Amino acid sequence: MRNRIVYFLLVIFFTFVFIIFYKGLNKSNLYIPNTDIKSIPEFTSETFNKKKSLNSKDVFNQNKFYLLNIWASWCVPCRDEHPLLINLGKSKKIEIIGLNYKDNLNNAKKFINELGNPYSIILLDKDGTKAIEWGAFGVPETFLIYKSKIIKRYIGPLNLKLIDEIESYIK
Amino acid sequence: MKFLNFFLVILVIFNFNFLNANEIKFQKKITKNLRCLICQGQSVYDSDSEFAISLKLIVKNKIDEGFTEDQIYKFLTKKYGEWILYDPQFNKNTYFLWFLPLLLFLFGGAIILKKTINIKK
Amino acid sequence: MIYSSIGYYSLILGLVISFPVFFFSIKNFRNEEVLDYKIITFSFIQLFLVVISFFGLVFSFVYSDFSNETVFNNSHTTKPLFYKISGTWGNHEGSLLLWLVVLTLFIFLFLIRSKGLLKKYRILTVLFQQIIIIGFFVFLIKSSSPFNYIFPIPSEGLGLNPILQDPALAIHPPILYLGYVGSSIIFSSVLAATTLNYISKNWATHIKSWVLASWIFLTLGIMLGSIWAYYELGWGGFWFWDPVENVSLMPWLVLTTLLHCILILEKRSILSSWVIILSITTFTLSMCGTFLVRSGILNSIHTFANDPERGLFILTFLFILILISLFIFLVFHKSDNQNSSSFFFFSKETSILINNWFMMYFLSVVLIGTVYPIFLDVITSQKISIGPPFYHKLIIPFLIPFLIFMAIGPQLKWIKSGLEGKVYLAVIFIISLLISFFIVKNTNTNFLVNTILIGSAFFLFFTTIRDFFLKKLKGIQQNIAHFGFSLLILSILFNNIFSSELIANLKVGESTKNDRFEIIFNKLEKFEEKNYILFKGNFSIIENEIEDRLEPELRIYNQPNIITSEADIKTSLLTDKFITMNIVHNEEYFNIRYQVKPFMIWIWISILLISLGGLISLFKKKYEK
Repeated sequence: MRNRIVYFLLVIFFTFVFIIFYKGLNKSNLYIPNTDIKSIPEFTSETFNKKKSLNSKDVFNQNKFYLLNIWASWCVPCRDEHPLLINLGKSKKIEIIGLNYKDNLNNAKKFINELGNPYSIILLDKDGTKAIEWGAFGVPETFLIYKSKIIKRYIGPLNLKLIDEIESYIK
Repeated sequence: MKFLNFFLVILVIFNFNFLNANEIKFQKKITKNLRCLICQGQSVYDSDSEFAISLKLIVKNKIDEGFTEDQIYKFLTKKYGEWILYDPQFNKNTYFLWFLPLLLFLFGGAIILKKTINIKK
Repeated sequence: MIYSSIGYYSLILGLVISFPVFFFSIKNFRNEEVLDYKIITFSFIQLFLVVISFFGLVFSFVYSDFSNETVFNNSHTTKPLFYKISGTWGNHEGSLLLWLVVLTLFIFLFLIRSKGLLKKYRILTVLFQQIIIIGFFVFLIKSSSPFNYIFPIPSEGLGLNPILQDPALAIHPPILYLGYVGSSIIFSSVLAATTLNYISKNWATHIKSWVLASWIFLTLGIMLGSIWAYYELGWGGFWFWDPVENVSLMPWLVLTTLLHCILILEKRSILSSWVIILSITTFTLSMCGTFLVRSGILNSIHTFANDPERGLFILTFLFILILISLFIFLVFHKSDNQNSSSFFFFSKETSILINNWFMMYFLSVVLIGTVYPIFLDVITSQKISIGPPFYHKLIIPFLIPFLIFMAIGPQLKWIKSGLEGKVYLAVIFIISLLISFFIVKNTNTNFLVNTILIGSAFFLFFTTIRDFFLKKLKGIQQNIAHFGFSLLILSILFNNIFSSELIANLKVGESTKNDRFEIIFNKLEKFEEKNYILFKGNFSIIENEIEDRLEPELRIYNQPNIITSEADIKTSLLTDKFITMNIVHNEEYFNIRYQVKPFMIWIWISILLISLGGLISLFKKKYEK
């Protein structure tokens, strides 16, 4: 009798474990941080062309949508998403700011000359610390910003579907 | 006077080395506890990926700014979530994690005591 | 092409052979006194077919047969021959084929080495093992076949990761599997013995060889994995509490506990419940480990290619095995009649129980630490990481009493032991603490914990040495193993406390220094090797006026397109000097990491000593026969 109870309890326990593992199988391993950063971080950095320092307050201060795109010349998927950014940049409703991540200035300039410049301003992040302030961990990553708040974050290169999503936001 | 200045400078350099060594140890301790988010299972200390290098720099800057260890972890978990810490925090999510092995240990101890105490009766 | 076909059809045939094995086993179970020779024959045929299949895959790799999907995914024509061969088991499908080789090999060996034993027991063991074997055949053929055909035939393969092209890593899986998978025979035979109420002193003696063999291989396998991580991965560490490492450690913990319980069962006919449960648990954990590593459910530095469908199969299979074992244990096991009696506190029996207690605690820490993130993620969708700090915090404090009990236990007698004459133990303990105190005094680490921990390790160290001089060859296997363990703890602790390092960014010709040593970047040379471009850095390290030359490398592979950093390590009895060189993006300088790691080699030596203890135990029986 006692054995039967023990058996029954153990079976229930292992079934529970089985279900958990089964569910765990279907969960994605990709980690998208579920963080609470809603407001944009404050930082200061140099700009691409004019070699002056700019504070983030001055950059994101207007009442319109901004897109912060973190990119680098050595990043292959960045090349793929670049034309999409150029298209998006033509819209008056959104201003695209670039954050050049851990890059060599000459290579970055070549990249822009070759593929076009969708950015109204390009900020430099030579050591990668500004990207970390944004909670990013690699390239490419993109942030949709309005009224100094982060509305949506995209990890990885943008594609047509995501661009449509952005466009529906800015309407 | 000159000698005193000279002596002070030596003292500062000496202490600077010592302070520096301690700071490096502190930095090592913290970065060992941080997960490199783009690697497949390495700490920020061990990794040489771009993210890890930048994060090491951030940690160093925060230490220089006077952040304590806990403040640095708080800062980073705010940005990246708890997944970045290798030492699981002690909160309602992890009560079981920390207590279950200890409970099992006590349970096992109770069984052994029961087995050996009987003989005294 | 032909090798893959041979491989595939041998595999199918191998599965088919399970039928005659089953048939003749069941038929023989009730009739006759003697084991039907056909069972052994068919088991051998099955083994033979699996080995043929395995070699079919090996040759497909050797001849770069890219019509085979597995070869295409994991090999390349420019790979050196040795690594083409070891590429066979360096992937998911091939490693499963290796599982099958070990499963069929062990049951065959079991049959020919169990000649004097109860026929029903041998047959039942065969049957249980066959369940596992069939499960793996089906899994392999259905979802992980190493003989998938692709068309059109590619002219070149996708290449194997160069980090995996290393001698230690090449032999690490076979050795590990001999331990890991070899525990299947313990599982099957324990179930058979329980069903027939065959568990006894004699049975314990018989099964002990298998437990020892499995344990020795598992110990060596884990050691090889650590050695590989240390020499190859470049961060100078050898254990990271990574899920895949934990998954190999858990069966080892259970197997060690089982070994101790078998020794007791052999001498005193008690603890049979422990033996049964531990035997079941060992293989269960092996299977569970396979699931965790291959299903993609865990994030780790060395998971295989992931596939949830495979994960589901293993999970279900594992669940069924657990249910069967539980059923058999609870229905058939009759506890030994001495179960109601108790143990004296100061006795060998109690110290073995205490050993079990601590080992199961360590197991629970590793197990919970490894699977908890999965549970949390499923239940609350929150992801957390559990890494070295967790394991250290929960294990290190408990190591202290563990070491002390380990030193005292062997000094106690069976059944009852008194405290008289044990003064020497207290003396050794105090001396150990004092030595430890003087060592730790001048370092700036966690003083109290380290002193007591090192003191306890020395306690075990000295008691085992004393035992060696007093008892000489009697009980030497236990002595060497325990001595090895104390040496392991001491080496790890000293390595931890006395390591130092220097990290700097250097261009060629530059140098850097701290108050202990100076590093000079002498030159950088470029070579072209068979499948990579090599950049070799030449460094001088000057410490206490002595100069060492070290040459770390950067390798740029073409297939696949990655860069690896090869450390240069100068090993000596006292210390290891370890240097790595890494590219810094977009910059002209390199990131140089130099570490001094004392006593590294003693870590490997101590693990070898522990295995040696097992080896002696294995052969001592033969000698005494």
